[in-house]
Amino acid sequence: MQREWKAEQFAGWQPVARQTAVEHLALLNSLPPAFAPFLLKEIYSFDWKFPAERDDMLAQLRYLGALTPEEREREMAPFAALKLTPELLAFDAVNKPGEFLEKLSANLWATGQMDSFRKASEEYMAHFRKTHPEPAPATPRLAIVLMGEGVSSTDYPLFRKLRRQGTLFRNVQHGNGYKDISDLLERRAASHPDGYAHWWIDGGTAAAAEKITPVSYQALSPMRLALATKIRQAFEARMSPETLRTILAETTPETLGLHASGDVLLDRFTLSLFTEGSGTQIYSTTFVQWAAREVLRRAKPLTLVARYTPRVRESSMRELLSGTPMGTDAAGSLIDADMGAWYTWIGLQRLTGADQSNFLAWFEGHAQAVAVGPAFARAKEEASAVTLADLLTKMAG
Amino acid sequence: MVTFGGGSRDDETFSEDGQQNIPHLLSELIPQSTFFARVVNRGILGHYVATASLATGVYETFNNFAAVPPDFPTVFEYFRQDLNRPVTDAWVVAPSNGFNRIGESGHRGYGEGKGAGVILPKRLLNAALNGNNANYDHLLRDNYESPLALPAEGGNDINLHELAETLKLSVDDFKTHALSLASPDELSVFIAKQLMRTLAPSLLWITLHDIDVAHSGAYSLYVEGIQRSDRLCAEIWRAIQSNPEYAGKTTLFILPDFGRDSDLSPGGNGFQHHRTGDAVSRTTWMMVLGPGVRENVIVDRAVGSIDLVPTLGARLGFNARFSKGSVLSEVA
Repeated sequence: MQREWKAEQFAGWQPVARQTAVEHLALLNSLPPAFAPFLLKEIYSFDWKFPAERDDMLAQLRYLGALTPEEREREMAPFAALKLTPELLAFDAVNKPGEFLEKLSANLWATGQMDSFRKASEEYMAHFRKTHPEPAPATPRLAIVLMGEGVSSTDYPLFRKLRRQGTLFRNVQHGNGYKDISDLLERRAASHPDGYAHWWIDGGTAAAAEKITPVSYQALSPMRLALATKIRQAFEARMSPETLRTILAETTPETLGLHASGDVLLDRFTLSLFTEGSGTQIYSTTFVQWAAREVLRRAKPLTLVARYTPRVRESSMRELLSGTPMGTDAAGSLIDADMGAWYTWIGLQRLTGADQSNFLAWFEGHAQAVAVGPAFARAKEEASAVTLADLLTKMAG
Repeated sequence: MVTFGGGSRDDETFSEDGQQNIPHLLSELIPQSTFFARVVNRGILGHYVATASLATGVYETFNNFAAVPPDFPTVFEYFRQDLNRPVTDAWVVAPSNGFNRIGESGHRGYGEGKGAGVILPKRLLNAALNGNNANYDHLLRDNYESPLALPAEGGNDINLHELAETLKLSVDDFKTHALSLASPDELSVFIAKQLMRTLAPSLLWITLHDIDVAHSGAYSLYVEGIQRSDRLCAEIWRAIQSNPEYAGKTTLFILPDFGRDSDLSPGGNGFQHHRTGDAVSRTTWMMVLGPGVRENVIVDRAVGSIDLVPTLGARLGFNARFSKGSVLSEVA
């Protein structure tokens, strides 16, 4: 890696990313080679980042820029102590930041430095967050997970992990539960109409409304199948993983021959779910779980609804990537979704205002749901009748 | 030796929630075993390189997806050289994603022709089917680690008919029996049992891999993989006990190569991968059963994955001279 980056090296970057990098060039050049490329990769995709991510990125640059040279040296010392190979140091991290990080990761694993790197990263983030805490949400966050389409009954002990965190309701009168949930989402979006603050992720078709960002596995089928074709061709051609990764990293909605939605951030985000996620290309349950995780991590939303539908049954990778219609596995999908709901709750807990946030997982069309939040006792089971609408009202405060 | 090449976590195995997935390990095998509750893998958490590290007793550092031999001598080479054993006495049955070079190292003084025969049942079945894969797709499932991380081809070519001769199994019988099996691991165990019946090797290493479907992100499939591995381990132990060549004189070691990421590691995605290097992904367990092994004993001290080979050496009488691990005195 060239340690004295110059402004002209960023000529091929997107406009805002280029401007941000050039404005902070002196800072970037002062950072150790095991750290600077991580910032570089984040800045590289600046034009495609959600508002919350941009704010976070700029806060990190402000934090590092405000340190005195001695303080910065101290902060960066654990990263500076990591030994990188000459090949890595010579690599073009400006134009291939993702590839550089993959090589860096492989190098850290092979040289037994991964644990030191992880510890250094955790300490750095702790110091940064101490001085630059994330802003509190405008209203308590809410996440709702729906699961179980196609399952009439199950012996699986649903919500086993989540029920320890909240109340398990065994007799939920759900009425028109789906509509109650989408109405609540719309009301919250109307009250807090910030961009990318309210999401509906669906293994089938996402509910659409103003100020709600939809991510639909079904609607994304053309993108998914176009990518699956690329991956299958690589599979058959025994292409090296590095080559395929490079191809996928350079993939855009346009190069897949798809019409953009008019929302470049959303297009880039949905593409990343397929190019960076593992299994999202083949299983809708994996897609919903990963999309929910990424929305929480990146967009830091106020409201998230994630709805699982049956995934295709297990088969060989070749068959799964073929795009041929296959049967579904509703019972297995319910188990996938149950774990996915647990991960969505964990993701919610990582955001600011976690102690005030609310979470609901509902076995759609059935009487079982678990609710977690300030209004719900932990590790409690409730057998008496309650309406889903009442649970939602309790969550809305 | 049975390894799970596809780590499993305590959450889905020995924890309160996980015990329902491993009834055979819990009720049949653990009561007969010395159980090491904390086996720590301090190496690279990729399945081929980690399994190679188990087999050499050294944390290997090669590219997990390259078709290369381990750098250090394998347990098979130590065993054959020190005990003067023939090539037919050490075998590996492994998934086909890159494991074809695991039988012998690239180390000077060892290497080509001095290690174990390696059977990759999926490649074998593929060769037997000769392109007519209909009805067999479930047995030919590929690596799920990532469609972006395909293992390289390489290593010894399959000589299907020579192997059929060795296993005393016609290609047609093999294809017919395969139809009754549910997964690649069942195919591996079928081949392993066939080897035990025909050649009765003294050292047999089986790597199960169905669990690694976890990389697809489908939790139900991951749990099914664990349940199947649990059943297959018991089946292998029963096969040992029912075969006069093995009964009463065979030690069985069972261990996953490593764990999977914790649900709580922010850099990971829980059970799906093993990328963070956190404690949950590095820590696993091992059970040892057989003559002279104390039964129903739990060893709680932390031991290393690379302690396996020197321990095998102490039990079998070879010197794992290049291993960096230590002998586990509890079962040596």
